Amino acid sequence: MKRVLPLFWLLVIATVPLWLRDQYFLHVTITTAIFIIAAMSLNLLLGYTGQLSLGHVAFFGIGAYASALTTLGFNVELPGGLAVVHTPWPAVVGFVMAVIIAGLSGYAIGKLSFKVRGAYFVIVTISFAEVTRLVALNWVELTQGPLALTNIPPYTLWIPGIGEYEFWNKTAYYYLVAVIGVLAYVIIKRLVNSRIGRAMIALKENESLASSVGIDVTRYLVLAAVVSAAMAGAAGSLYAHYVKIIDPDIFLFIYTVTMVIMVITGGKGTLAGPIVGGVIFGFMPVIVRSFAAPAVQWILYGALMIVIVFVLPRGIVPAIERWAASWRRPRATSDAVVLAGPKVREQ
Amino acid sequence: MDELLQHLVNALILGSTYALLGIGLTLIFGIMRVVNFTHGELYALGAYAVFFLEVSLGVNFFLALVLAVIIGCAVGAAIEFVLLRPLLDADIDTTMLVMIGAWIVMQNTELFYWGGVSKAIMTPFPDEPLQVGPIFVSWLRLFVLVMALILIAATYVLINRTKLGKAMRATFQDRDTAALMGVNIKGIYTATFAIGSGLAAAAGALLGPVFLVTPSMGDLASLKAFAIVILGGLGNITGATLGGFILAFVEEIGAGYISSGYRDAMGFLIIIIVLLFKPTGLFARAERIG
Repeated sequence: MKRVLPLFWLLVIATVPLWLRDQYFLHVTITTAIFIIAAMSLNLLLGYTGQLSLGHVAFFGIGAYASALTTLGFNVELPGGLAVVHTPWPAVVGFVMAVIIAGLSGYAIGKLSFKVRGAYFVIVTISFAEVTRLVALNWVELTQGPLALTNIPPYTLWIPGIGEYEFWNKTAYYYLVAVIGVLAYVIIKRLVNSRIGRAMIALKENESLASSVGIDVTRYLVLAAVVSAAMAGAAGSLYAHYVKIIDPDIFLFIYTVTMVIMVITGGKGTLAGPIVGGVIFGFMPVIVRSFAAPAVQWILYGALMIVIVFVLPRGIVPAIERWAASWRRPRATSDAVVLAGPKVREQ
Repeated sequence: MDELLQHLVNALILGSTYALLGIGLTLIFGIMRVVNFTHGELYALGAYAVFFLEVSLGVNFFLALVLAVIIGCAVGAAIEFVLLRPLLDADIDTTMLVMIGAWIVMQNTELFYWGGVSKAIMTPFPDEPLQVGPIFVSWLRLFVLVMALILIAATYVLINRTKLGKAMRATFQDRDTAALMGVNIKGIYTATFAIGSGLAAAAGALLGPVFLVTPSMGDLASLKAFAIVILGGLGNITGATLGGFILAFVEEIGAGYISSGYRDAMGFLIIIIVLLFKPTGLFARAERIG
């Protein structure tokens, strides 16, 4: 069972374009998948290290802008008469740049903001995202400001046997996003199941205890921030080259909220959580839109967020796991559950 | 020189409303340890309440201001009672998520009900500004300054001179000991949240006629209020008052002499700088309220 399940899901992911004929739904699937990648990266910080980063959209946006600007080229005059001219590079290089630049900003922000915890950390991260938004809005020479960066070219890849391939059509783009999504999943899975991941979870459970047994707190937190930011940057790049136009609204707080809702609904600190939450909140707008205005849709989101925190504080995936565990061992009564301790019981 | 003076006067007026916002949030943040993301929405609610009462119902402007503050207090008390009371012992992240949810609900309810178009509020003040030497001040702004200063003073009296204020200060210092001494903690929490919300609504009601009323006006207000609270130190009312004025001065001078596009970024840069170098806030004495 344990070996069949991943193969089954891979098969499902691989065959989506075959049974999902409708182009609109394929489009929704692609954007959902991109946001799932972003949500998975947020989960690394929020779920595994326990740091509620509410500036995550900054990394997504930085990735999108880095990728778009690498691909489109720019001509900027810095103070002191220094002119920086960049001629367009291929979109794939843009993707790499997105990962690198977002990762570097994750390092810088991690180094700075992990000096504080709790409410202060949250506010620093929000402030950081707002500052990046204002820079994108006001540095018109580089980002075109509110006029947006348009005509972002698609990725081109040299594939043996086919030659130069342009990712124009939706099916091809779906597979590209799917491959990167699976890759991101595997990276996170390996990371959290390694020594590093155990250190991160130890930090979340009890920071002073973790540092007393020799875990370098800041180092692990910064590492998580770098990986998480780089992954969000990759998602941003995928988004930019898919929608082909980005403006400073990409940094809006509401996108961070979307990612946070996905993670906490699915179950923070679980591998499947962001995916389950992402699928729910990726497709819910399509259903809700048919009968409600966008404002009503957001009211529902907000209300759902409150309900989830009250009813399923740990998210859907842990709830299902618990239910499945109790169903599999129906006669192993309450004694066994008590003995098994915190693994099965809530908290 | 004249230009600088004008900027300083503008900053003084803006700062007085920022201080109101900041005091409201620092009370809630300090006493309840709740990061109140709805603070900006209560600010927007204050502005919308004045708009609704005055323009839609034809209530007198001054009466509408008073009613807006009362509505703010009532909605705040309701939020505390329904959402926060069940989470009394929950960790700060949990309450934060709930407050974010409440924020989204409130903002989009405003958007749904009043639409995205900015609303203007009429005032009985003359359009002709008051001129003192080289400086121009509109009568409305002067009124805003006076009202804000009165409210700030009233809050000081409430916290330092009344029994309720004493109980709030005791709760801030040590919740459990205060409870043992017979302070009704739940009641104090509701009162704190109501007062804080009322102050936010007052700031919104006063600034609404100065600027325009839009559904998204609460976002920046929330974030600026956080900046002010961090600047002044958690739960420090004097700090929040000074923080409000400092933020307004930095914004006004920054917008006037550096770049108006980055006006709103000033607050966030202040947050980042303060937290990096003096996380307890600029005016941290011992941790106490008042």
